[in-house]
Amino acid sequence: MSWWLPLKASTFAGEIDGLFTAVLIITGIAFVVVEFGLVWFSLKYRSRPGRAAYYTHGNTKAEIIWTAIPAVTVVALGLISNHYWKQMKGRDSVPADSYPIGVHAKQFEWQYTYPGPDGKLGTTDDYTIRNQLHVPVNRNVVVILTSEDVIHSFFVPVFRVKQDAVPGLTIRAWFNATVPGEYELGCAELCGMGHYKMRTRVTVHTQVDFDAWVKTQAQGGSE
Amino acid sequence: MSSLAAAAPRAPTHHDDRTFVQKYIFSTDHKIIGIQFLFLSLLFLFLGGVLAMQIRWQLGFPGQPMPGGGILPETMAPGGVILPEYYIQLVTMHGTFMVFFAIMPLLVGVFANFLIPLKIGAHDMAFPRINMASFWTAFLAGAVMFASFFVPNGAARAGWTMYAPLSARPDLSGADYGQICWCISIVLLGLSSILGSLNYITTIINLRAPGMTWFRMPLSVWCLFVTAILGLLALPVLSGAAIMLLFDQTLGTHFFDPGAGGQVLLWQHLFWFFGHPEVYILILPGMGMVSDIIANGSRKPIFGYHSMVFAIVGIGFLGWIVWGHHMFMSGMNPTLGSTFMVTTMIIAVPSAIKVFNWMGTMWRGNLHFHVPMLNAVGFVAMFVIGGLSGVFMAATPIDMHIHDTYFIVAHLHYVLFGGSLFALFAGITYWFPKMFGKMMNEPIGKIHFWLTMLFFNLVFFPMHILGMAGHMRRIYDPTQYEWLKGYQPMNHFITLAAFALFATQFLFIWNFVWSLFKGRKAEQNPWRDNGLEWTLPNPAPHGNWEKVPTVYRGPYEYSLPGAPDDWYPQSSKLPNDREPAPAPAPAH
Repeated sequence: MSWWLPLKASTFAGEIDGLFTAVLIITGIAFVVVEFGLVWFSLKYRSRPGRAAYYTHGNTKAEIIWTAIPAVTVVALGLISNHYWKQMKGRDSVPADSYPIGVHAKQFEWQYTYPGPDGKLGTTDDYTIRNQLHVPVNRNVVVILTSEDVIHSFFVPVFRVKQDAVPGLTIRAWFNATVPGEYELGCAELCGMGHYKMRTRVTVHTQVDFDAWVKTQAQGGSE
Repeated sequence: MSSLAAAAPRAPTHHDDRTFVQKYIFSTDHKIIGIQFLFLSLLFLFLGGVLAMQIRWQLGFPGQPMPGGGILPETMAPGGVILPEYYIQLVTMHGTFMVFFAIMPLLVGVFANFLIPLKIGAHDMAFPRINMASFWTAFLAGAVMFASFFVPNGAARAGWTMYAPLSARPDLSGADYGQICWCISIVLLGLSSILGSLNYITTIINLRAPGMTWFRMPLSVWCLFVTAILGLLALPVLSGAAIMLLFDQTLGTHFFDPGAGGQVLLWQHLFWFFGHPEVYILILPGMGMVSDIIANGSRKPIFGYHSMVFAIVGIGFLGWIVWGHHMFMSGMNPTLGSTFMVTTMIIAVPSAIKVFNWMGTMWRGNLHFHVPMLNAVGFVAMFVIGGLSGVFMAATPIDMHIHDTYFIVAHLHYVLFGGSLFALFAGITYWFPKMFGKMMNEPIGKIHFWLTMLFFNLVFFPMHILGMAGHMRRIYDPTQYEWLKGYQPMNHFITLAAFALFATQFLFIWNFVWSLFKGRKAEQNPWRDNGLEWTLPNPAPHGNWEKVPTVYRGPYEYSLPGAPDDWYPQSSKLPNDREPAPAPAPAH
């Protein structure tokens, strides 16, 4: 059990975790100021015999300060976030050389269609595997998400990647895995009774392993 | 006397010749209607809590028979073990009951009804019969929603947000009549809210007492006014969407079915176009009551009254243009995501202004920590956490990780429980004397506050950690996932804390019921408050005042230099107070 974010296993993870930490520090300061202030005022100005309140209706300078500081902070946070957002999810953010994998979600399984040795989807050497996502390490991968029935959501915590799969839409999401190993994917959008068990094993291979795996699969090898 | 005033309900008569039914059941008295809403929605609050306990049992002790679960039928929990299909009903109905039948009617149904006429100096609501219809429509809506547990295949199973197409297709959700009940109930509830909102807006605009100018209104009334406008404009959208969903379920329309030309995301846009203003409907009235109570407890005028009003109005406007932040991961155009991120970030500003002004009010005050004040300060302390955690999910890249995880669950409970419910505990204990003529027990109230504060944080703070780990929402069994197995001790701990939190609420129930019958008789103005409602006897008679009072000042004149006491009622005349100009004759 960790008290922090999970393993960083994609290129997004470092940026997202960095932003998370920045927001945590900023909100942490606000949190401490307010909570400490509330406790301090509660003790210091509590009613005692002979105590009288200071009669005032406010202070314009104070109002301006505590409006301007949060305003500038949140707008700056918004601009910084948008910079990363455009890189991760923007319309034209998917790198052209991305390795394509078709992901078709249905109650309650994930079907992954791989492009086969030719590296292209929609050709005869494609093959489809249920509930197993295999990706090469250090390579841009684009998942092309569709759904058979209801909304599902493709979520790999160690990649910090999430994207809904929506019936009637084809949605592309990309990532670049950086640490070889075995992970898990879950469905993040309530999709019915079996929502809780709609999971997938995710394997990040070295390029050599991945090429070998593709070869076995293309020859109709066992999973 | 102007014809507007003549159209208002009559002043109280000396003989109350109404029958029991007219007086307490089909009453047109705004105070009785408020109290009816209070009893009904406290019942639903309790029910929502019972559902939450079952959710927590399953998460803390997955697959183990629930104590007392044996009374549930085989279709829900055979041998007391919660089934996945029942778990989804629990999640769906907990959200539905808490949002639509507990928090919303407690804040709006109870306090808009009870407080508006009393605080602005009116004999009653502008439309007392519409007001009565509003309560009974809400009652019917609640009855239909409750009954949906007992129809074949049980209650709705698509989450309180009812995302289509899961909600539209019985073959995919497994619930049919339950889904239909949900839609019908929500349409009825929408009608109730629209009737109520119309009434609140009309009353505040037209029936203010002489001298009660806009900027002499208590912030509670300002908040309820903006809330009513949000309700009037947002609820029709929800009702429309629910009717479309109902047609998809029953008449074979395909609004949300992409296979037949429908649009899946249409539901989300409609739902959240309602849903985000709704979020502010669920917090603004609480902010208003807390403002009144903190000024009273601090014995000081509210700090920055005008900026508080502008912040309320600002939230009311901005609340309409942030709904897309619920849809960052939905496949909506990412450029729209950027837009909604910026508006969402900006809406943090008015909330920050309010928090700093509450602190400014307490600064150099003379703080009296009566039970309402404790809960009001508790509200500020907890609302801040909910507001700040919102910044994480507003930042779209971070949202990619924490969207639909327990981080969101933690955030929304900090706002709705830490915020709205603490405000409600404050409001109920504060106006209980005016409602029932009795005081609530002070020591029990204090114990209840501290235990609730403790257990609330023990339940919901760790959920941030679960969310960071990637613990998805609405999953029946987290131990299915390798990466969540290690977090089971935390889930276990949260469940135990949740049971303690629930048990603590029996202190409040006991205090409420006991005080109702045996409580100490309340003085007319136990909190030494300036509001007009405290010039009335306890409980206030039907029609409120013989002759409505004249207002000479704002509601927060505490510790006025030169005044004989540390409070000065809105209706007390000082020698150099000018009489307000007579109301202008209405245009013909």
